[in-house]
Amino acid sequence: MKFKTFAAFVGPSVLMMLLFIAFPLVKVFWQSFNVTQPVYETVEVEKCTPGFLTQICTTEFQTIPQLDDNGDVVTRTTYVGLQSYRNVLEMERFWTAAKAWSWSGIMTIDFWKALRFTLMFTLVTLPLVVGVGLLIALAINNAAAAIRGPVIFVSLLPFIITPVIGALSINWLFRGDGILTALLEHWLDRDLALFAQAWTIELMMMFYRVWHVAPFAAIIFYAGLQTVNQDSLESAIIDGATRWQRLRLIIVPHLMPLIIFVAIIHLMDTYRVFEEIVGFRSQGYVISLQWLTYDFLTPDQAGNRSISRASASAMLTMIGIAVLLVPLLKRTWRDHRGTS
Amino acid sequence: MNLKTILTAGAICVAGGAASAECAFDNTVPLRSLTAGFEAWKAVTDAMAECGNFEANLDQEFSEKQPEAFAANPALYQIGGVANSTMIPLLTAGTIRPLDDLVAKYGQNLSPNQFIRVDGKVMAIAMMVNNQHLMYREDILSDLGIAVPTTYEEVLAAAAAIKEAGVVDYPIGGTFMTGWNLGEEFVNMYLGEGGQFVDDKNMPTINNEKGIASLEMLKALTEYMDPEFLVSDSTYVQQQFQQGKIAMANLWASRAGAMNDEAESQVVGKVKMAAAPMGSVAPASSIWWDGVVIAANISDEEADAAFRVAMEGLDAEMVKAHNDASVWLIPGYEPGELAAGAAATAAKGALPYPASAAMGVMHSALGNGIADYLTGAKDAQTTLVDIEAAYTTAAKEAGLIN
Repeated sequence: MKFKTFAAFVGPSVLMMLLFIAFPLVKVFWQSFNVTQPVYETVEVEKCTPGFLTQICTTEFQTIPQLDDNGDVVTRTTYVGLQSYRNVLEMERFWTAAKAWSWSGIMTIDFWKALRFTLMFTLVTLPLVVGVGLLIALAINNAAAAIRGPVIFVSLLPFIITPVIGALSINWLFRGDGILTALLEHWLDRDLALFAQAWTIELMMMFYRVWHVAPFAAIIFYAGLQTVNQDSLESAIIDGATRWQRLRLIIVPHLMPLIIFVAIIHLMDTYRVFEEIVGFRSQGYVISLQWLTYDFLTPDQAGNRSISRASASAMLTMIGIAVLLVPLLKRTWRDHRGTS
Repeated sequence: MNLKTILTAGAICVAGGAASAECAFDNTVPLRSLTAGFEAWKAVTDAMAECGNFEANLDQEFSEKQPEAFAANPALYQIGGVANSTMIPLLTAGTIRPLDDLVAKYGQNLSPNQFIRVDGKVMAIAMMVNNQHLMYREDILSDLGIAVPTTYEEVLAAAAAIKEAGVVDYPIGGTFMTGWNLGEEFVNMYLGEGGQFVDDKNMPTINNEKGIASLEMLKALTEYMDPEFLVSDSTYVQQQFQQGKIAMANLWASRAGAMNDEAESQVVGKVKMAAAPMGSVAPASSIWWDGVVIAANISDEEADAAFRVAMEGLDAEMVKAHNDASVWLIPGYEPGELAAGAAATAAKGALPYPASAAMGVMHSALGNGIADYLTGAKDAQTTLVDIEAAYTTAAKEAGLIN
């Protein structure tokens, strides 16, 4: 291809990537090392608020940002180095707790608490998504041609549902005396409160994520199954290989690049787990790294938000994903070199 | 009746709806408002809409959008709905205008109690007050011969008796959802104990006996609650009441009307209102107001029209039509039974919510930090130390502490 043609094709995409991914990323990176604050002054203010018959007036010292001539808030930006990262990681508290061999001490620090859940969530759901996805794919593949269309449609349904809506519906099904909790209570003959402790919430979150994402894996694997070499399968049957042996020795190795692809996508998505926390309102028990970023970014009612810490937390999340992907990318790279 | 008559009648109805006779003037300036989305705001903005050329945005996430929307020039909304705390960012950024001139011109029907003054200037017009106060099932309490609790010790004793009798699923309901709701519960308790959240230098001052007492009372209450209390917001507690699952709760006055809503409630007429239980010093509650502000970054003509429209929304006719939707401050309001709790709480000396920039940070730190104590992950002392540390970090980043 001529360079000009190549550039014409790639140009718009590169521009978009620069505009919507690269520049914001640079900005976030910059923000994580700098803090922008309004310049405050303390003044004495008399405030009156309504009582029931008369007003209550109080005089108090208030911290109020200075305004410039245009009526805009005067802000000051200072370079703080790694301070925002230190504020997120709270290494001092981490080491104190670690030296005392206190797991529960570490788990009281937001970042480490979030990291623990995020990692566990990611690593537990990964094999389940791949396994369940493969099962669904095999089921579709072995279904009679006449019902294959409907089966594909039904198994894809969970993936079509908007994540937050899906999480909310699970919440409503199980919350309080929701339909499914009531059913479980009837069945087990005991009172259940699934949103009253961390582990049941985590279990429901993982169940939800696997239910939601497995169809995506299934449809990829189903495509892969269409390209399995039929000759090898037939000769395996003649050699007396069982169904399990055929799966393990022929089908899975054939699907390996796709499994790695699904794993990479899943790791990237799941490390940013967020919808479940919001949908299940689990922040009292369980938080994730992405939720932590969101929490820093959410303004309180007085309008303060921690943009620097949010940026630092976002950068740390990105670093985390990169670290997780290293083994898989290394493997892909090796395979790539091997074939070319 | 032939078709033509029906059509004509329909047309008259529509015309009547659009330019209702209830609005004193015909508004020609396009106006928009951004307010919270609860019942009282719906009543008020509906009344404003009668003047025409008005678009209401009712949005429970309004507080996240307002600061930016009002900072734009020209402002994206002319009229804003705020409460004690949500007025702070607008006030400090100078994006809302003093209303003294407009009040002099159009505010004859306002009561002086409605003026929110900051440094002598009227910055907002309050329309209603709201606080959390005790709601209880009168039938259950009288059946068991329990007097209406006036302190939290009495609430606990009553809860124990109700649990013993086993008449409801859980004796107590509470808006303990992690985040703002749980923070507010602590604020109420701590104000009741007479506590101070931050000092004049914005340093945190919650790590003391009052703080510990507040935490311990919150935990004692949870013993009698649905174990899923950390996900219970006001709507959930309201529903628990309506479905007869709880017997007592310190719930928002603005939710009182729902108890007698026959479409939703199975306990119509059984839920009564009383003052918030007393802490050591004051009722364990904080008084909030909701009101109207006008943007600074708009022309004076727009501000003029916006204020007139707002006055139409806050007039006596609106209150007459929606008397029980809220505890109104507007002249013409007749406090009914449902307002008794809010009024009694205020009469006993409940304090206003101490809104400030630093309090915003403190409220978030409390809302995120208390769950660890209630789940048993931390003891009270550690919880308060950690909340103070979280506050200090956030306040430093916000520039409130040097």
